[in-house]
Amino acid sequence: MAEQDGQPGRSRRLWVVPQLREGRVTRVSWETLAAARSLAASLRGSAGSAASIRIEAVLLGSGLEAAARELAQRDLAAVLVADHPALTAYTPGAWIGVLAPAIAAERPDYVLFPHTYQTVDFVPRLAQRAGTGLLPEVTGFSAPAAAAGSDGEPAGDGLVWTRPVLGGKLQARVRVRGAGTVLVSVQSGSFPANSTAPTAPTAPAAAGVPAPGATAAPAADVEIKALPVDPSTARPDREVLGYQEATAQQVDLTKAGIIVAVGRGVGGADKLGPIEELARALGAEIGASRPVIDSGWLPRERQIGSSGQTVSPRLYIAAGISGAIQHLVGMKGSAVIVAINKDPSAPIFSVARYGLVGDLHELVPALTAAIKAAQG
Amino acid sequence: MKIAVCIKQVPNSEARLRLSRDGKWLDEEDLPFIVNESDEYALEEGLRLAERTGGEVVVFSLGPERVRDALRKALALGAARAVHLADPAFAGGDALATGRALAAALAREAFDLVLTGSQSDDAGFGATGSVIAGHLGWPHVWLVMGVELEPPEGKPASAKVTREMESGVNEVSRVSLPAVLEIQAGINHPRYASLKGIMQAKKKEIAVVSPGDLGLDPAVLGAAGSRLEVLSVAFPEAGKGAQMIAGDAKTAAAALVDKLRQEARVL
Repeated sequence: MAEQDGQPGRSRRLWVVPQLREGRVTRVSWETLAAARSLAASLRGSAGSAASIRIEAVLLGSGLEAAARELAQRDLAAVLVADHPALTAYTPGAWIGVLAPAIAAERPDYVLFPHTYQTVDFVPRLAQRAGTGLLPEVTGFSAPAAAAGSDGEPAGDGLVWTRPVLGGKLQARVRVRGAGTVLVSVQSGSFPANSTAPTAPTAPAAAGVPAPGATAAPAADVEIKALPVDPSTARPDREVLGYQEATAQQVDLTKAGIIVAVGRGVGGADKLGPIEELARALGAEIGASRPVIDSGWLPRERQIGSSGQTVSPRLYIAAGISGAIQHLVGMKGSAVIVAINKDPSAPIFSVARYGLVGDLHELVPALTAAIKAAQG
Repeated sequence: MKIAVCIKQVPNSEARLRLSRDGKWLDEEDLPFIVNESDEYALEEGLRLAERTGGEVVVFSLGPERVRDALRKALALGAARAVHLADPAFAGGDALATGRALAAALAREAFDLVLTGSQSDDAGFGATGSVIAGHLGWPHVWLVMGVELEPPEGKPASAKVTREMESGVNEVSRVSLPAVLEIQAGINHPRYASLKGIMQAKKKEIAVVSPGDLGLDPAVLGAAGSRLEVLSVAFPEAGKGAQMIAGDAKTAAAALVDKLRQEARVL
């Protein structure tokens, strides 16, 4: 290792590995790029203005021209493209077979992934194979100055990251020790994607010149470089047979104006009556968090969250839902959220506009009565 | 068919939680522990596959002395025996260090299948099973909602696996065996322990393994072998952003309806 962490003027490389859906870069991938820009700004602030920081996007798949062009309009140092028929369908074996040698050869400081199911499927194994650090599901970080710890142990770049633990009941502050690449996955909704809007085609920068920083002059013509794909190492380790709808979706909760959603706190299928009465009084649909579905209290078509439906009604009433991040990603876009929970520290209150702490078996019937009274 | 199931004991997050004095984790005194939710489903899936193929389940867990309760529970449900990675050198590891230790313990026997839960309810890395697979050089699938052995009886050569994806779509794929499958909660309905099972569990073996038994240097294990370090944990600010509406049920409900009509204007 010729380079030293923390040395002023050291050049750094941040990779962002966007995920595509029908050939387009997904929203959470743009958020991940926003996280990389924010990270670059922090590293630049701590390392001194002489430091050069390159943000590069790494695309994997087959037939990537459109996505590569889309990325090339953003302010990036380069777009690295592994475009190969062997990468037509995602498999961990193929993806790791491209990324592990690339990380070993190029030694980026951080590789940022959107925290999606696909990322969780292959990135831990990529870390194991490539011998990197692994930092899953971050929601933010603080710059070194604000993060100086009480103990004197050097911690690489001094960044302190936040990530949810215990299903979001606690926030952990973590750091990564030692030198070498770290793979990071970025939880959706943590970094606003609009800061990565396409850059205006102003003064063109020469291709290949390192971008001097996160807020550097936009490059109108970003270099698109091919990343080598060796089909003998980028081999599928599963035979993808097809895709199927998880449920015959009979209930479209995305169209509902009001949703009354229940969580594990309701206590059982036999205790859903008052919830149904509240939904009836409001003309609302009933939704549920995953534990309710897994327990068989409500059918899977009513599940809201990362593996269910994503909804944004004008009113969302969450009763007995603690607010695990997997649920929050499916409903936090609702216009007005009401949370009813016995635990005042439940994470659901952090996204709610109105909160009621108490026993839902008392509060829900009281709410139904109050609504009926207001309706006259 | 010989199946290993890795389980983790986690705090019951429904309990009253207090932070430890050093602020790095929970105060574990009086803290109730349970078997991690998706691991219960993994164990049930393992027991079903073993029953169908005339095999057995060996259950593995890493953690302190209290982990024996989780292992004993798995034995009561039908696992044949247990392996406990109990040494303090294993403690405090990130997913890479924990996966390294478990893989070394698993590699001492010839398993056809290793099952884990998809994610722990405490650290939530969702990574340990895939790291194990990487060490063993086996294929893996994360977030498994269905397993069909091929052929369904006798000694299977492969498995048809349904993996959950976002937005209600599943991927169906085939992996060769041996493999690591990381099971999602909801794949089955876990059984309850019978009185007979609980009695039998008392006689079943819980083998204790140390880093030395696995030929592993303690420096690559646990907190010492981890690049990830937790500095502190904190509760999210209570009701941050939310207007908390106080009062008895009737008063609070009326106040809420008033706000929804007059302030938020959604009713």
